[in-house]
Amino acid sequence: MPHIALLESQPGIRGAMAFRPETARPLNDLVEVLLHAPNSLSPGERELIATYVSYLNDCHYCQSIHGAVAAAHLDGDEELVHRVKADFEHAAISTKLKALLVIASKVQRGGKHVTAEDVAHAHSLGATDVEIHDAVLIAAAFCMYNRYVDGLATIQPRDEAMYRERGKMVARDGYVSVSKTYLPAEPVTR
Amino acid sequence: MAHIALPEGLPGISGAFVFRPETAKPMRELAHVLLHAPSSLTPGERELIATYVSSQNECYFCQASHGAAAACHMGEDDVVRRVKTDFESAPVAPKLKALLAIAGKVQRDGKLVTAEDIERARREGASDLEIHDTVLIAAAFCMYNRYVDGLDSWQPRDDGMYAQMGQHLAEHGYLKSSQR
Repeated sequence: MPHIALLESQPGIRGAMAFRPETARPLNDLVEVLLHAPNSLSPGERELIATYVSYLNDCHYCQSIHGAVAAAHLDGDEELVHRVKADFEHAAISTKLKALLVIASKVQRGGKHVTAEDVAHAHSLGATDVEIHDAVLIAAAFCMYNRYVDGLATIQPRDEAMYRERGKMVARDGYVSVSKTYLPAEPVTR
Repeated sequence: MAHIALPEGLPGISGAFVFRPETAKPMRELAHVLLHAPSSLTPGERELIATYVSSQNECYFCQASHGAAAACHMGEDDVVRRVKTDFESAPVAPKLKALLAIAGKVQRDGKLVTAEDIERARREGASDLEIHDTVLIAAAFCMYNRYVDGLDSWQPRDDGMYAQMGQHLAEHGYLKSSQR
């Protein structure tokens, strides 16, 4: 049971966002820019970073839904998503993405762990400053989303089909558009 | 020197915000709702939660700037120091202590928050909305702190600068002047 009175019909972050639409809006706007908006990193690559960090933070809901969004962007390749979580250095992804995942995993532990060598390595494999910035911020942002989802003890179903279905919808329509299905249409009065 | 080419002369998160305005906008809006917009928790109480989490994450820029904003709201800076070192014995309300205990758990891992932590906060008068906002402030500062440190942004040791910044934040909040 969630720690506070969240709608049990809305699992994970959706229940928390429906509870507090004022914070839901910037939270959705941020994830939209980071994971869905046009970028030199593909949406699949960015979702893999989000999934990997959520996996390191052991957040079931976030790693399931973002893993499903990643797979939807990657022609349904769920095996690749599993490989990245288990051992990304040996997964079939670009060397640039591996270097960005190293940076993301350092940020997950604490931003000060990122070294000049980590960044030089990513640069040498073709990563731009914006790509490095976005990898850092995706990792940092999922340290927020994961704690938000777990800290309220939201409902986190063990139902792969639900995540798969939802993942396809988010990959197609994006976060802001999908949020209209669970956020109230009118501003709340408090 | 920062890890990427952030604009020079802008400390902490400000340089990163100028580097990437597309992400700066929702990040500013989130901080504004959580820390500055009307709430049953005072701005000073919310800034103390942000400062405490930033201090647990050892982010110099965030704890200095939000600590200065908290001091400005509370009219003194001793309480800020005491909350950082040992909030249970600091001169703050029992409700805020219960919320700081929740924030401290979230800083480490959301799953550490227990039903007992929530019960204690409720017993001291915290509402569901206040508990929600405490969890999200703590979670959000786990983002802001990692962002500021992960880019190795410039974090000057300059108390006067933070005092000025804190006063500006306390008075105007977190939106850009064009967003207000």
